[in-house]
Amino acid sequence: MRKDLIRGSIVLVVFTLLLGVAYPLVMTGIAQVTFGDKADGSLIRQNGTVVGSHLLARDFSRPLLGTDGKPKQDADGNVLTEPDPKYFQARPSATGYSATVTYFPNRGPNQASTRDLTRQHLAAYLALERPYSPGLKASQVPVDAATFSASGVDPHISKANAAIQARRVAAVRKLPLARVQELISENTAGRALGIFGEPGVNVTDLNLALDQEAR
Amino acid sequence: MTEGFLQIAVFCVIFIAAAPLLGGYMARVFTDERVFLTPLVAPAERGLYRVFRVDPEEGQDWKAYARSMLVVSGLGVLLLFVILRTQGIHPFNPSDFNSGPWDLSFNTASSFVTNTNWQFYGGETTLSNFSQMAGLAVQNFLSAAVGIAVLVALMRGIAARHGDGKLGNFYKDLTRIVLYILVPIAVLATIVLVSQGVLQTLGGTIGDIARGPVASQEAIKELGTNGGGFFNVNSSYPFENPTAFSNYFELFLILCIPASLPFTYGRIVGSRRQGWTIFATMFVLFAVSVAVVYVAEQHGTPAQHLAGLSTDHFSGSAGGNLEGKEQRFGIAGSSLWTAVTTVTSTGAVNAGFESLTGLGGLVPMANMGYSESVFGGVGSGLYTMLLFVLLAVFIGGLMVGRTPEYLGKKIEPHEVKLVSIGALFTALIVLVFTALAVSTKYGGPSIYAEGPNGFSESFYAYLSQANNNGSAFAGYTGFLQLNAPGNVGALSVTFANVMGGLTMLLGRFVPMLAVLAVAGSLAKKKVAPLGLGTMRTDTPTFAFLLVGVIVLIGALTFLPAFLLGPIVQSLTTRLF
Repeated sequence: MRKDLIRGSIVLVVFTLLLGVAYPLVMTGIAQVTFGDKADGSLIRQNGTVVGSHLLARDFSRPLLGTDGKPKQDADGNVLTEPDPKYFQARPSATGYSATVTYFPNRGPNQASTRDLTRQHLAAYLALERPYSPGLKASQVPVDAATFSASGVDPHISKANAAIQARRVAAVRKLPLARVQELISENTAGRALGIFGEPGVNVTDLNLALDQEAR
Repeated sequence: MTEGFLQIAVFCVIFIAAAPLLGGYMARVFTDERVFLTPLVAPAERGLYRVFRVDPEEGQDWKAYARSMLVVSGLGVLLLFVILRTQGIHPFNPSDFNSGPWDLSFNTASSFVTNTNWQFYGGETTLSNFSQMAGLAVQNFLSAAVGIAVLVALMRGIAARHGDGKLGNFYKDLTRIVLYILVPIAVLATIVLVSQGVLQTLGGTIGDIARGPVASQEAIKELGTNGGGFFNVNSSYPFENPTAFSNYFELFLILCIPASLPFTYGRIVGSRRQGWTIFATMFVLFAVSVAVVYVAEQHGTPAQHLAGLSTDHFSGSAGGNLEGKEQRFGIAGSSLWTAVTTVTSTGAVNAGFESLTGLGGLVPMANMGYSESVFGGVGSGLYTMLLFVLLAVFIGGLMVGRTPEYLGKKIEPHEVKLVSIGALFTALIVLVFTALAVSTKYGGPSIYAEGPNGFSESFYAYLSQANNNGSAFAGYTGFLQLNAPGNVGALSVTFANVMGGLTMLLGRFVPMLAVLAVAGSLAKKKVAPLGLGTMRTDTPTFAFLLVGVIVLIGALTFLPAFLLGPIVQSLTTRLF
């Protein structure tokens, strides 16, 4: 037993050094040399500061202005926001698109709260898009637009979702619809190897491309 | 759904093609044959034996093997607990996290040493890079290696022909599994994952983006069927699983060792048909679970339909229950993951399981209800399956009225008692601990959802921890993280932490001891020649019997609990 305790301790210490220190540090070295940008998080920098990642959705909303032209606040003093119509909107997020604190939405299939939140998402989506897509029905809204993503920062939306939002973005930005559709297809990830996964339009990249276009 | 089933089918073809190859490689590693890595690894291997002061040729009987295994695991819990308790003074702690409550550290330490990786904390809001690397990742490797080592001992016991009762040397097995199997695959996998966009940096949070050395951990987390995410939302987070390709690559990593081990077994006992029979049994149960969860998730949930959302497939949208799922994986990629992570005891998730449909949520519970014998955890899956095989042989023997024999060895009352303990103990603690949690006031504070989903949360928590899976209906205690200041991920419920920690330790080591005792007993038995009356264990008939035994035991044990949770949920459109 005593022999086992000594031996076991040595085994643990040695493997901790090998697998817990050497392995991750060597892998970090290799990763930084071979795929530095990706290993760092596919970061987006503007004027030298990090403003996001190509892999993470962001909140494309703007402060809600009151009749006096000042931002409205709720009872706790938080600034109220609304979706910025000149941007494509990512999927609903339970975490406010946080890349610091992540958690699952945890809305069960038989919860009244799930029904209510889904209803809210649907209503908000229709309110934003109907002015530009007259006659858009609730049954035509793709599921990704009205459901929380798992990560809270899902950067992709479905092609159907992007096609609906394109009419709004084109109208607000006064761009030809065809140009917006072109940008959509440039920022669409297809199925991997033509088979795996689901096609998705990267909203973060698409909005960056749109801002480039405006310059 | 055609595209969905097509990608699932192609994935299955790939892993079925790869499994015999890796299985053969592992058999050569376990029997000390030369493999292509030998010239590279052998010097390091010999060096480690010297440092450990181990004579690799010294055989251990089952008691010595079990003692070494328990000592390394026990010291592992202790070391990890100490690392977590002293987190504040370590290097590589860019966000200055402290230790949080002791009971959480106990739960986490038990969790990673038992290959469960249940997480009552949120990684990015609780743990320093040092704790992740030197604490958790080390146990990701070692707990996986311990599981495989115990399986190797059982295989040797079954295959033994000389009758001296020796099962091999635990330290040697541990070392060879780490050096020849886990590390090489993990290194390659890390590079593939980084190429897809998984993080690998020592830099801390930049802007408002939490970061860390993720890929090196992600690789072993999937390969060792561990499942503990660097981030709280695990493999749904783009920094852990950025693309559709990485999703399927990680699925392959999860399945590759558990699906290959039956072939290793076939080679070691000298009959490849035995390996194929066990693989086929596993695959049938796996395929059914994938199909059920996919069809259920594609249908959508009552809450969505009552809200007026159409979950139909139409041009440009795949439809289905996308709540708590990611667009790039889709319903098919998320459903397949749900089945893969719960037939294996991985527990990594790429979607929020609490948001699964009622029937979809039943599938992971049923998979765990089979005691993680369908592929299962690395090592632990096949040794549990072999217990069921012995049980099926025993039941088959009773039916035809002959002394049950398995591969020439008589199965006698002593073995059947041990097998029963090994196969049923986990189920017992699941039911007892769930009952304690839902019938006393202490379990209440952990429950988030109203109605049957709340019961499902509690039941799932103990089912998952006892079977060393680690996936969760994450509302269970998870909601407490939201409002806590400072070390936000570390606030949790003492009762749930302590009960969970005990559940994981008991669910891991009691069956392991039973398995090693069976191995020791079989290793001593003489081999009888195959007679006319011997029941064959390498035929479709036996596979059918085996499926029946597994499903029947699972159903008899858990049906009442399933009825209270997921079955009620899938039968009603009432909301709670």
